[in-house]
Amino acid sequence: MSLIEIKDLHATVSDKEILKGIDLTVDAGEIHAVMGPNGSGKSTLAQVLAGNPAYEVTGGSVTYDGKDLLALPPEERAQHGIFLAFQYPVEIPGVSNAYFLRAAYNEVRKAHGEEEVDPLEFADFMEEKLALVDMDASMLNRSVNQGFSGGEKKRNEILQMAVLQPRLAILDETESGLDIDALRIVADGVNKLKRPDNATIVVTHYQRLLNYIVPDFVHVLVNGRIAKSGGKELALELEDKGYDWVTSGAPVGAGAA
Amino acid sequence: MSSSIETLISREYQHGFVTDIESDTMPAGLSEDVVRAISEKKSEPAFMVEWRLKAYRRWLSMKEPHWPNVTYGPIDYQATSYYSAPKTKTPLGSIDDVDPELLKTYAKLGIPLYEQKMLAGVAVDAIFDSVSVGTTMREELAKHGIIFCSFGEALREHPELVEKYLGSVVPYSDNFFAALNSAVFSDGSFVYVPKGVRCPVELSTYFRINSADTGQFERTLIIADEGAYVSYLEGCTAPKRSTNQLHAAVVELVALKGATIKYSTVQNWYAGDKEGRGGIYNFVTKRGKAAENAKISWTQVETGSAITWKYPSVILQGDNSVGEFYSVAVVNNKQQADTGTKMIHIGRNTKSTIVSKGISAGEGNNSYRGRVQVLPRATGARNYTQCDSMLVGNRCGAHTFPYIEVGNNSAIVEHEASTSKIGEDQIFYLKQRGLSAEQAVSMIVSGFCKEVFKELPMEFALEAQALLGITLEGSVG
Ligand SMILES: Nc1ncnc2c1ncn2[C@@H]1O[C@H](COP(=O)(O)OP(=O)(O)OP(=O)(O)O)[C@@H](O)[C@H]1O
Ligand SMILES: [Mg+2]
Repeated sequence: MSLIEIKDLHATVSDKEILKGIDLTVDAGEIHAVMGPNGSGKSTLAQVLAGNPAYEVTGGSVTYDGKDLLALPPEERAQHGIFLAFQYPVEIPGVSNAYFLRAAYNEVRKAHGEEEVDPLEFADFMEEKLALVDMDASMLNRSVNQGFSGGEKKRNEILQMAVLQPRLAILDETESGLDIDALRIVADGVNKLKRPDNATIVVTHYQRLLNYIVPDFVHVLVNGRIAKSGGKELALELEDKGYDWVTSGAPVGAGAA
Repeated sequence: MSSSIETLISREYQHGFVTDIESDTMPAGLSEDVVRAISEKKSEPAFMVEWRLKAYRRWLSMKEPHWPNVTYGPIDYQATSYYSAPKTKTPLGSIDDVDPELLKTYAKLGIPLYEQKMLAGVAVDAIFDSVSVGTTMREELAKHGIIFCSFGEALREHPELVEKYLGSVVPYSDNFFAALNSAVFSDGSFVYVPKGVRCPVELSTYFRINSADTGQFERTLIIADEGAYVSYLEGCTAPKRSTNQLHAAVVELVALKGATIKYSTVQNWYAGDKEGRGGIYNFVTKRGKAAENAKISWTQVETGSAITWKYPSVILQGDNSVGEFYSVAVVNNKQQADTGTKMIHIGRNTKSTIVSKGISAGEGNNSYRGRVQVLPRATGARNYTQCDSMLVGNRCGAHTFPYIEVGNNSAIVEHEASTSKIGEDQIFYLKQRGLSAEQAVSMIVSGFCKEVFKELPMEFALEAQALLGITLEGSVG
């Protein structure tokens, strides 16, 4: 059974149709890259999968782990293992990163019938997670994303991913704002978190990231549809020829093989 | 699936139950005879009845104030009963003598009156309606010479202290509601901490209005003698009622030379239903007077009541005295709050800090009203005011009315204000990490209120945070 199966997904925002029939299937253990020009609907797809109420699904279906994903409220999707690393992480003034992370971690544990952890246990648990993204423990005492640099925000997203250990992680342009070293660290983190039973969708503009996070499939999203799919070499070809190459040619079979 | 913030669901007020207890309630109405009768029932000394009568006569000549930014129907003062006492054997020797029904009520409220608070090191003077029914840790406090008892007891056992300080900060003529309270107040708390004594425990009182249509007129007087320190906690809940209930309390704090009084409130009275029916009218006068080098700090978390009208203030009388006001006021549904503070700088080098956090949800209306007054001789006075409002949804309101009067040009007065909206994006971000809408709002709001919560004693802060969540429950979808 596929981990997630997206069929003919249509979605609008402010009455404007953005997703115009997306088909995409991701199996456990796979990494999929989604590329495409600005405004083509990549973030919209990510937000719709996470359940952002600002987007309205107008057609199609999404089956996740055998469930009708679109029927679940966002917090339940998260508790069932869907994680979105935001392109623009949100600031929550006055709420410490540690408190927030522990609250989120405990919600996910509760959903799995596990005991909540107390602050001391959590601190131990966090040590290893911080090391994974090479983040200083002092970041835990700061307000969530407030005053974080662009790169720190992105790293914080991956830290959250490491804590929540999702089954399907969707990384929306996580590389933007990262310097070369940070890029490597983040990519390393993502690779270490890879397990046979989870999957990752990486939204990116740059082939560079895919040198570190090697995808099994690459999809090109153009104007709300997947215009082309292929293996990792498709990313190289895109870098070479630009998106025009995809848009001018006739759309090739959509969805992963 | 458009904006979800406006979706309202509601949860019945958690503490909305009524205890089945016989009350000894006076018939409705107010007159000199009623004032005398109240005093008589409580076997008060002569000076007290005279003071009450003066207050009553003064009250007759006063008009109900309508300058606060709140609206409500006319109050019929003759339709209110001014005295209600639970019928129990008096006087109570120990906690075991307390009516078991009452103890059950406290248990329902989650008030660990006896054992838990004892373990936690908190002395509790529980007020049920108007008469104190239980006091703990009296002996421990007595060892330090600290008096912590009901107002009635203080009048019987320490009349000289009451006579000396009663009305010294809030005179009976101060305002309409203070005058009414002075005439008919039923009971309340009294604290005296002697010279140089640091009160070893947080003193705590729980208030609860129970009898239907009974006005509640609490009177609290706290005196910290020279160099003394005391921290006092006040928490309130009330059962659900369909008619509005007037509450007009007076709190007076006297901080003598070098003394410190910290007064914390968590107020969770019944706010009325979603339509705005019922709920408590909370018209309170709270004021402290700080002598030389003394410090008075008010911290309040106001989540309840249909209408709140309350300005805990400090008269910075002595040189180098310090006044603080930390406030969180939350309104949801049709609640209205007009709250803030007055800092009156009289002495030299006096310092005041005001941090006000107003949160409005539903159709709630929240006003901050503050006055910073620097008198001509207050050389070197400083004030810092920060006044932040947060809106949840589109139908609520936030208003600020800061008044600043500076009569000494060496004074430094700073005022900062901000208004923000709780963002859909913030809520979604937290939901995406597995938190429910309620948890998300409560987390965002707690973050917003952090500077105030950190002023509260630890266990109180947790209670306050939980209350915020409950109050705002249903304000987002
Ligand atoms: N809230 C909104 N209101 C109006 N239009 C929106 C909204 N959100 C997205 N859009 C529009 O939807 C389209 C797709 O946006 P989306 O963010 O999904 O693109 P993207 O592929 O992620 O682009 P980028 O590479 O620049 O991140 C854009 O034209 C954008 O302007
Ligand atoms: Mg995008």
